[in-house]
Amino acid sequence: MLDDFLVRAVLGGIGVAALAGPLGCFVVWRRMAFFGHALAHSALLGIALGALLAVDLNLATVAICLVFAIALVLLQRQPALSTDTILGILAHVALALGLVALSFLEWLRVDLMAYLFGDVLAVTRADLIWIWGGGAVALAALVWLWPALLCITVNEELAQAEGVEVGRVQLGFVLVMALAVAIGMKIVGILLIVSLLVIPPAAARHLARTPEQMAALAALIGVLSVIFGVGGSLRWDTPAGPTIVLASAALFLLAMALGPMLRPARPAPSPRARDPGQGSSPAA
Amino acid sequence: MTDGGSPPSLVAARAVTVRIGPHELLSRVDVAVGRGEIVSLIGPNGAGKTTLLRALLGVLEPTEGAIWRAQGLVVGYVPQRFHLDPVLPLTVERFLTVRLAPPRGALDAALAEVGAAQLRRAPMHELSGGEFQRALLARALLRRPDLLMLDEPGQGLDFSGQLELYRLIEQIRDRHGCGVLLVSHDLHIVMAATDRVVCLNRHVCCSGLPEAVSRHPEYMALFGPGAAAGLAVYAHAHDHAHDLAGEVVPQDTPAATVAEDAPPAEGARHAG
Repeated sequence: MLDDFLVRAVLGGIGVAALAGPLGCFVVWRRMAFFGHALAHSALLGIALGALLAVDLNLATVAICLVFAIALVLLQRQPALSTDTILGILAHVALALGLVALSFLEWLRVDLMAYLFGDVLAVTRADLIWIWGGGAVALAALVWLWPALLCITVNEELAQAEGVEVGRVQLGFVLVMALAVAIGMKIVGILLIVSLLVIPPAAARHLARTPEQMAALAALIGVLSVIFGVGGSLRWDTPAGPTIVLASAALFLLAMALGPMLRPARPAPSPRARDPGQGSSPAA
Repeated sequence: MTDGGSPPSLVAARAVTVRIGPHELLSRVDVAVGRGEIVSLIGPNGAGKTTLLRALLGVLEPTEGAIWRAQGLVVGYVPQRFHLDPVLPLTVERFLTVRLAPPRGALDAALAEVGAAQLRRAPMHELSGGEFQRALLARALLRRPDLLMLDEPGQGLDFSGQLELYRLIEQIRDRHGCGVLLVSHDLHIVMAATDRVVCLNRHVCCSGLPEAVSRHPEYMALFGPGAAAGLAVYAHAHDHAHDLAGEVVPQDTPAATVAEDAPPAEGARHAG
């Protein structure tokens, strides 16, 4: 069954989407979309270096993404430049470096388009192992980090006061993100990987009432996007990666329209609590 | 409360100095909070109130001096009111259980205690200022704290909302006997609820009972005579509410009455 490239495509896509959904929730909550872009750009450098050094390209990409993630975190700690600016510098330097390095490799045929826009139909068995193995590791790490990370996301000072090691948890999260970007690149490509991190969670927000609901729904919406995207790409003979992104955008619009209808009626905004200590009116 | 001496300390800063680069944020600060005691830490913006709070929490290492904490001390921290992005769906109930796993009964009890039982399922980002503070307070209570530390709890609340909140904090202290350290730049109301005031401006300007602080010249220089006069009105109400050692609060002098009779400006004029 795995011989069928379509099956591999869908399985690979589902693996990436199931990880990108929950992870992407934090990207959305913590406003880190640009960070994701910067990581994705560094992935191209990983591919170039991997080809230069004749290392497995997946491995090289993961390694470079991790190194970049750590570099970004360290650079952010110096206060002179805003995070935005640092990311802007590093992302494009990484991209330029990757492109220049690739130009030295003309004897080696690297399909640049496949990396920029993904080639989900070319997913191999080895890729599947990377996606599902790496994805499982990343997802497990995310589940482990979840309570502390959520606490930091709600309020960093509160987390700190309650004994959360903020720096370590943030570093852990960034490493998980680097891993996810590196393994997800194959599906939708460097330029579109962040969309899988952002669009499904944004769609899920309209339907969720708790962080965990949003994460689960984001995973589900991501998986549906992959299935519809690959299906649409077959039917209309369109590039698969971008079609997956468009499918997720369609689901986003649908969720936005459905959200207000699905939402349980909110209890009327309570009047400013009048009497502290006595307040125990029955909850709805 | 022990009679005679100060209550046994829960947390204490001893000659704490904090320097960041060339800037001295705190200079040889001494402060202590005892069991059952409400200490108000006041001072203008940039006085180092939050820095001191962070040092007492153990989040920030002092450059010099020492922080002493009672063994096994559990702190319930109530941060400054913060903005919660609506993109994060969070009900009050879920907020109270982030990193905590209270039994259902405890959760309801904590919410009821702060007068927010009806908010259990409400989204955090739709709460009013007062409701938000109550949710923060409920979360702190769930940790069964020996010491409550509150950073500007009255911020963003109107006058009566602040009075209600301070009254609530007082009730919590009475019920649980925990210590309370309350940071505020607002003197008028702090004075009405506090046992001891520490006035901070990088160093401790003065420290003592509310009346003593209001007459202190350094304090007058910082906030002007008007503040001191307004303070006097509330210190008067405070005298009626509970004695200076922080003993039981008679229920028949609700702070809200004071609020209606004497809003701050009027109170100041009245006293002057």
